[in-house]
Amino acid sequence: MSSSQNLVKELTCVRCPLGCKVKIEYTKELEVLNISGNKCPRGREYAIQEISDPHRILVTSIKVKKGKYLLASVKTTDAIPLRLFDEAMKIIEKLEVEAPVKRGDIIIKNFLETGTNLIVTRSVERL
Amino acid sequence: MKYKTDVVVIGGGAAGMAAAYRAKKEGVDVILLERDEDTGGVLNQCIHNGFGLQYFKKDLTGPEFKEYAKERLEDIEILFGTYVLEVRNDRTIIFVDRRGIHEIETKALVMATGARERHFNSLPVPGKRITGVFTAGLAQRFINLENLKPGSKAVILGSGDIGLIMARRLTLEGIKVEAVLEIMPYPGGLERNVQQCLKDFGIPLYLSHTVTAIEGDRRLEKVIAAQVDYKWDPIPGTEKEFEVDTLITSVGLIPQTKPVDFVETDPGFLVSNTNQTSEDWIFAAGNCTVIFDLVDYVAKEGEKAGKYAAMYAKGEYKKGKKVKVRKGENIGVIHPIYIDPTQESTLYIRVSKVFDRANIKVLPLDVEVIEDEARPPEMIVVKLKPFDENIDEIEVMADELISKLG
Repeated sequence: MSSSQNLVKELTCVRCPLGCKVKIEYTKELEVLNISGNKCPRGREYAIQEISDPHRILVTSIKVKKGKYLLASVKTTDAIPLRLFDEAMKIIEKLEVEAPVKRGDIIIKNFLETGTNLIVTRSVERL
Repeated sequence: MKYKTDVVVIGGGAAGMAAAYRAKKEGVDVILLERDEDTGGVLNQCIHNGFGLQYFKKDLTGPEFKEYAKERLEDIEILFGTYVLEVRNDRTIIFVDRRGIHEIETKALVMATGARERHFNSLPVPGKRITGVFTAGLAQRFINLENLKPGSKAVILGSGDIGLIMARRLTLEGIKVEAVLEIMPYPGGLERNVQQCLKDFGIPLYLSHTVTAIEGDRRLEKVIAAQVDYKWDPIPGTEKEFEVDTLITSVGLIPQTKPVDFVETDPGFLVSNTNQTSEDWIFAAGNCTVIFDLVDYVAKEGEKAGKYAAMYAKGEYKKGKKVKVRKGENIGVIHPIYIDPTQESTLYIRVSKVFDRANIKVLPLDVEVIEDEARPPEMIVVKLKPFDENIDEIEVMADELISKLG
């Protein structure tokens, strides 16, 4: 295969605030040729995933009834495909839990079959 | 009521919580004053992740970081719903709460009062002062804590981290973000936030652009933006109109130093590497000194302030010798600006321009750090060991590293 068909993407790894500039060279068939610029293995993983199916941790909030706060923040325990965000938000928008909730409480197990859980990140006491 | 203690901490955000925790660990009595009904400060509304990787060695959201930090404060007296009226140089602190006005006699004080957002109204933009213009932090509070929707179509002015985070947050909540405008020729926030908050959602970022006017009757209807030249003057003919009902501004934070008015500030508290201000007994940490990129830095600074304030209260640390840290070539921000050379120090540096490869030097100390793609928005951290007390001044500078061929 001639090199002119190879693709290059310069990415900013989002796995941590260091934000390494990772350069990935790959073929149209998504065969990885070279990865550089990453300071740790997570950067390599990130680059490979990024060219095929970018994943992100989803952070948002859900309504809480009878709580000290109106909302509890939630997150997915690991990155989920970015393409599922719209669908995920449509589900989350309808959720409502009753206080108290605690940090780490699982709201949805195996969220959208991604193998990650949707968990509470803010404890909300009952009023 | 009259209180007596060793260390008072004003402000229960990331810096204040860390300061109170550490001071207590040093074995002194601590009172933490918090104006809200809970500690955490802005962490409570920063529901995104990316916090704590350095400080707690975990990727946490803001509320999680706050809960981790708060769990360490169990045996500390925290007075909620308090507002400090006066800090007197006879080491008394006057505060008010629902019960009335109270006085604390203390040996040392840690100021951890954070920062406030610069408001759109302080920018010279013509137009009526109509509704629909929010600071990013206020919009964040509405959405993440109060379950209120600020509008339905928005433009964001300023690409600092809060602006970028809000672009994603608004998008996820069904508010269309038409554009993010940045007056500088490079983004104001971390690269990772440009990726995960803008590029992920196809939100356009206009660099070297600013708002030139806003229009609307009662509610915002239109934002007019234009490209700017190197002097930040709008270039005629480059105007763009956005029909939106919401303008979110993320145009900078201002360190909050009130009500302490008798120590050196510019505009935040000027401190040494031991977080000591120009008054021996007053220490300061976090965004009330300088605006930090990461909460991890703020918490580390808070701990350090708590440690030295406790040592001061115990008589183990006095007024340290202060070596001036001078801002040399290509340095925009340097923190702290004084160093007690008998102690270790952590320098936080912002370069003043974009580098391919910056060589940062601390003179006359033999310290050099090479930083690839150094940009003003990303703080560079340099650690210094204690050094010769006969050095009067050190200088931090940056220059482009010319790579040697062959």
